[in-house]
Parts: sequence; structure tokens; C-alpha cells
Amino acid sequence: MTDRTRAERRLGLLLCAPAVLAMLLVTAYPIVYAVVLSLQDLDLRFPDEGGFVGLDNYVTVLTSGLWWQSVFNTAFIAIVSVSIELVLGMAIALVMHRAIFGRGLVRTSVLIPYGIVTVVAAFAWFYAFDPNTGFVNSLPLIADDKAWFGERFSSFAVIIMAEVWKTTPFMALLLLAGLATIDEGLYEAAKVDGASAVQRFFRITLPLLKPALLVALLFRTLDAFRVFDSIFVMTRGALDTESISILGYNQLISRLNLGLGSAVSVLIFLLVLAIASVFVKGFGTTVPQGPGGSGKK
Amino acid sequence: MTASLVAMAVVLTGAGCGGDEGGEGTRELTWFVPFQPGGALTTLSERCSQESNGRYTIALELLPTDASQQREQLVRRLGAEDDSIDLIGMDVIWTGEFANAGWIAPVPGDVESQVTENVFESVLETARFEGELYAIPVWSNTQLLWYRKDRVDEPPQTWDEMIDRAEELGPSEGRIQVQGNRYEGLVVWTNWMIESAGTSILAGPEELELEQEPTERALSIMGRLSRSPVAATNISTSTEDSARLGFEDGSSAFMINYPFVYPSAESNAPDVFEQMGAAKLPQVVKGEESAPPIGGINLGVSAFSDNQERAFEAAECLVQAENQIEVAELEGLPPVRSDLFDEPEIEEIYPGFASLIRESISDAAPRPSQSPAYQDVSLAIQRSVHPTDEIDPQDPTPTYEELRDKLEQAVAREGLL
Repeated sequence: MTDRTRAERRLGLLLCAPAVLAMLLVTAYPIVYAVVLSLQDLDLRFPDEGGFVGLDNYVTVLTSGLWWQSVFNTAFIAIVSVSIELVLGMAIALVMHRAIFGRGLVRTSVLIPYGIVTVVAAFAWFYAFDPNTGFVNSLPLIADDKAWFGERFSSFAVIIMAEVWKTTPFMALLLLAGLATIDEGLYEAAKVDGASAVQRFFRITLPLLKPALLVALLFRTLDAFRVFDSIFVMTRGALDTESISILGYNQLISRLNLGLGSAVSVLIFLLVLAIASVFVKGFGTTVPQGPGGSGKK
Repeated sequence: MTASLVAMAVVLTGAGCGGDEGGEGTRELTWFVPFQPGGALTTLSERCSQESNGRYTIALELLPTDASQQREQLVRRLGAEDDSIDLIGMDVIWTGEFANAGWIAPVPGDVESQVTENVFESVLETARFEGELYAIPVWSNTQLLWYRKDRVDEPPQTWDEMIDRAEELGPSEGRIQVQGNRYEGLVVWTNWMIESAGTSILAGPEELELEQEPTERALSIMGRLSRSPVAATNISTSTEDSARLGFEDGSSAFMINYPFVYPSAESNAPDVFEQMGAAKLPQVVKGEESAPPIGGINLGVSAFSDNQERAFEAAECLVQAENQIEVAELEGLPPVRSDLFDEPEIEEIYPGFASLIRESISDAAPRPSQSPAYQDVSLAIQRSVHPTDEIDPQDPTPTYEELRDKLEQAVAREGLL
């Protein structure tokens, strides 16, 4: 390494330092504090009791059927909603990419749901499906008195629809950015060679879109795993629709049991970390190095 | 913490001799209280501020209408020993929790004698913790059985009679509206059913009662209704408001709800209103009077307030007879003093059923809020009873066992809820 690169490196580190410090302050500190709290028997309602209990809280959480039920619910919502989003998002991205006129208008209007606050969107969906106020039950083919939030499956359906509606634009936008990096020449060459539209999609678009796809999937899966607002507004976790965030909320905010609640939060953090590392490690090696890469596994 | 102990000691010992705040000058008292739509809160706080001769002015901080959200906003502040709260409009179920945690100051003896006179014993019970008065009741509430006079000749005496009659009428005009969503309203229903069956959920702050036979009797009726064709289709998400709407649309013959539904029907559904009758809640065991639920607001004084003496003065003013009647007039919320039911205004506000409300409050059984971990108790009940259509009316034992297990866990404050 030459002196010059070393000096540049030092400058680089120095320029990064404020950002790193700020990050440590606002993210590392709360995380460490949550870990500390999770090792204590701490209930704000009983200020005189408690103390250090080691891993007791974690044992309590991990041996509870409620925890595993919520993990399952959360994974179910995440997998179903992200799969639907991926398909819809891809379709919208392709349309936006090929749109000839009104490009700006199309892109802006597709983004509107993403711009709406999640709680507001959740209420909109809640009221639409509510038998007293909603219009959904007056649509043809739907029973007039269907209580959507009265059973588990239909509650999940509405929650997932609300999630999909809100975050598909995000998926579409990330994929659109990926599409823009693909060289048009490849398509023309393929056309000359007689490749059909389907073949071009699966042989050119998909492999070259992989980096963008992975980023979009990772972001959305992590996001979906923290689902809270829609469930909180629509069912408050009733009928076995509880997500792990709702479970944590009940312990922390409702019961003021900071020890147990922090243990739930730390476990959610670890789960999210695990998902991220599976994505990065598991798929990361197959990511082609930019446009024109081989894309073969 | 030390500061709060000193403040509490001052209130305990120094009441009447001025304490630390006997000086001149007007203090602003902040009253955190659940929003009421009729405007009574503004009227009351302005009136008392004026009558205080410059001792205090009351500033309102309105809490949301949902009971769990009200509590969440408050406990976060109180848990952090926030001194910006002076007076708290407390739901009747918070007393044990707030008092045990040291968040509210006990009511001084001389104030106590002033504010408890003629107050229903059932109401006072909600304001006490371990035998000591921690809050000052200001308004009450209870549920009645509302029925359609054109569809039912005589209001039913028991639950079984009511469900039988409703099933004769059929789902198009015989529905029964209750509160079955997984929220505090379901705890209200479950508790009064169990109390009316002859047992109680708790025997003491950390001790279960929950005798099996009567509890199963109560659960079995809840299951029977929920599985009947005359249950509201949305019973597992039903609330006070959805019950009101279900009654106003004309499909129901019976509804268990608070008195706010009466003026509501008058303005929203005049046809239904004309046929609306009120009765005492149906019996769970034939011949045994039901034990209606009790709601309402008690005034607590924050242990972290710098103006505790003035806050108690303000509370004394807010609960004066004329103010209780004003609240009944503007908000439809019944007074906490039994003698006020003799006033002509109250009969006007509750035409034909004022004495029924009086009797219901007097017979009421509070929820098990003597537990300092009431929130856990409430969550445990909600989790084990909801959805009510999963209770098998022929064999309620599994639900009973789940309820018992969860409640044991709740009073011991163990595990996830």
C-alpha cells in the first residue's frame, strides 16, 4: 500500500467516524440496554421487586407455546405477503419500465400506497372490511354479514392484503431500478437469435435482476417480519393472529414487564439477524458481479 | 423515588396544616382524563377553577376513548415518575395497580369523609386498595338489558329464557348483542357472568377463587349464546359500539350495554327507540339476582405531583353533587352517590329506568381489580375465553381449566400473556 492510499484511507475513516458514532449512540446503545434489561426481573408496576435473573426470561419465552405460535404466525404472514409482493412488484416494474407515455405519472401514482402511514392504511382496510361500516360485504359474491375479523383465516387474508397493497410499490421500485441496469443490446441480440418473450424474461431479465431481487426480498422479508400496525389495528392479535411484535408489545407496554418484554425484543432482533445472514450468506455467493456477469449458479 | 416518598409523607401527615404548598399564588393542575364528548369536562374544570378563589386552575389533558390506550398513556408517564400529572381520571379497574406501584397518593382522612358520603359501597370498593381509599369516585356506569318491547312482552328473567325467546324470534329480529371481542369489554362480561353464578375470579389480591361448578355454569351460557344462530355474526369482534349499531339496525331483540345506547338510538334510529325497554341484567342461576358490572371514573392524585394538596381540593370540588348531576346531564354518566338518584334531574335523564340504574350499581360486582397485576389478570381472561364460540356449552371444563391455569399464571406474574 502506498503512502497516498494509506492517507486516503485514514481520511475515509475519519469522515465516516461521526456517522459511526451517531449510529452507535442511537442503535447500539438501545440494543445493549435491551439485552441488559432482558437479564433482569423488572416490572415497573412492582418497583421494589426484582433483580438479576440471568437467562430466566429467555427460558420463559422459549418454553412458551405463545411465543412459537407467534413465530409461526409472523413467518406465515411474511412468506405469503412477500411472495405475492414479488410477483405483483415484478409485473408492475416491467410495466413501468416499458411505459412509453406518462412515465412520471405512472411511477408517482404507483408509489402512493407506500407513502401512506401504515396505521392509516391499516384503518382504511379495517373499515373497508368491517361489517358495520365497510363496503366489501356489499360487493357481489360476498355474504352480506361476513365477519372478516371473526375468524383466523379471513383475518390473516385481510392483514396480508393490507401489507401487500402497501409495500408492493417498494418492491416494484427496487426491481425497476434493477431493470434499468440491464443492457438493451442483450434483448436485441436475443431477438435476432429468435428467443421468445418468455425466454428473454427467464434467460436475460431474471438472471441479471438477481442482485436487485435479493436486495428487495431481503428488505421486504425483514420488514414483514416486524409486522405490527396492521395486526394491532385489525385484530389486536385475537384469534391467533398475533405476531412476535404484538407479543413483545403486550409484555412491554401493556404489562410493563420490562424484563420479559426485552427478552422478546432481543429474540426478535436475533431472528431478524439470522434471516439477514441467511440471505446474504446463502444467496450472496451466487450474486453476479454487476451487469454482464454470468449469473450461473 | 425519594422525592415521591417525601411528597407522600407530607400528604399523610401534613393534610390540613398546609404542608409544603400552603403559600399564595395560583397553581395550574393538570387533569389527565378520558375524553368525554358532551363537554362536561370543560364545564367542571372551569367551574372548580373559579370556585377555588385563585388556589388553582385546572388544565385538561384528554386521553383516548379506548380504555387500554388510556391506561398505556398514563402508566408510561407514571412508570417514569413524570411530575406533569396532578389529577388522574382513573378507570375503576386501575386502583390496585396504581396504588401498589406507588403512583397515586392515598386520600387524606378529612377528604375521605367528605367524598364518601352516600357513595355506593360497590363504587367505593373500586377505589380502595388493601382497605385504604386511594381514589375519589366521580361518576359511575353500569350495564342494563335493553330489549324490544314490540317483540318481547316481559323482559326475560334468566339467560336461558332470553336465548329461548330470541331463538323463537329467529336471527332476523331476535339477535342478542353482547361484547365478545378480545378486549376489556369481554372481561366485563365474563366477570359479571361468573359473579352472577355465585363465585368470584379472585379471593384476594394474589389468590384465586373461581369455584368450578358456578364458573362452568357461567361459561356454558356464554358458549350457548355464542353458538346460537341468534348471536351477532360478528360476536367475536363485538364491542359496546358494534352492539349498539346491531341493535339500532333493527335485527336484535336484546342487548347488554351501557345507558349511552338510549340517547344514541333516539337520534339514530327513532323507530327502534320507541320500542326500547330496559331491565335488570338476566340471571345466570334462576332466582339469584345478577351482579351487574361497574364502570366509571375515580379521581386519583399523582404521587409525583408537586400540588397534591390543591389536587385533592380540586377533586373534592369536582365530585360535588351539582357537578355529578351536570355530568349525568351532559354525558349520560350516572352519579356515584345513591341519594342523587332522588333528584328530579336524574329521573329526566334516565326516563323510567333511573331506579334500575341505581339498583344495578348498588348490586354491582367489580372486576378483580384488587390485584396489583390486574392487567395480567385481564389478559389471562381475554386469552382463555376468546373466542366465546369455542366454549362448548355441554362441556365447558376445558375452557374452565385454561382460565384457571392462565389466571394462576397471571396472579403469579409468570410467563408470557
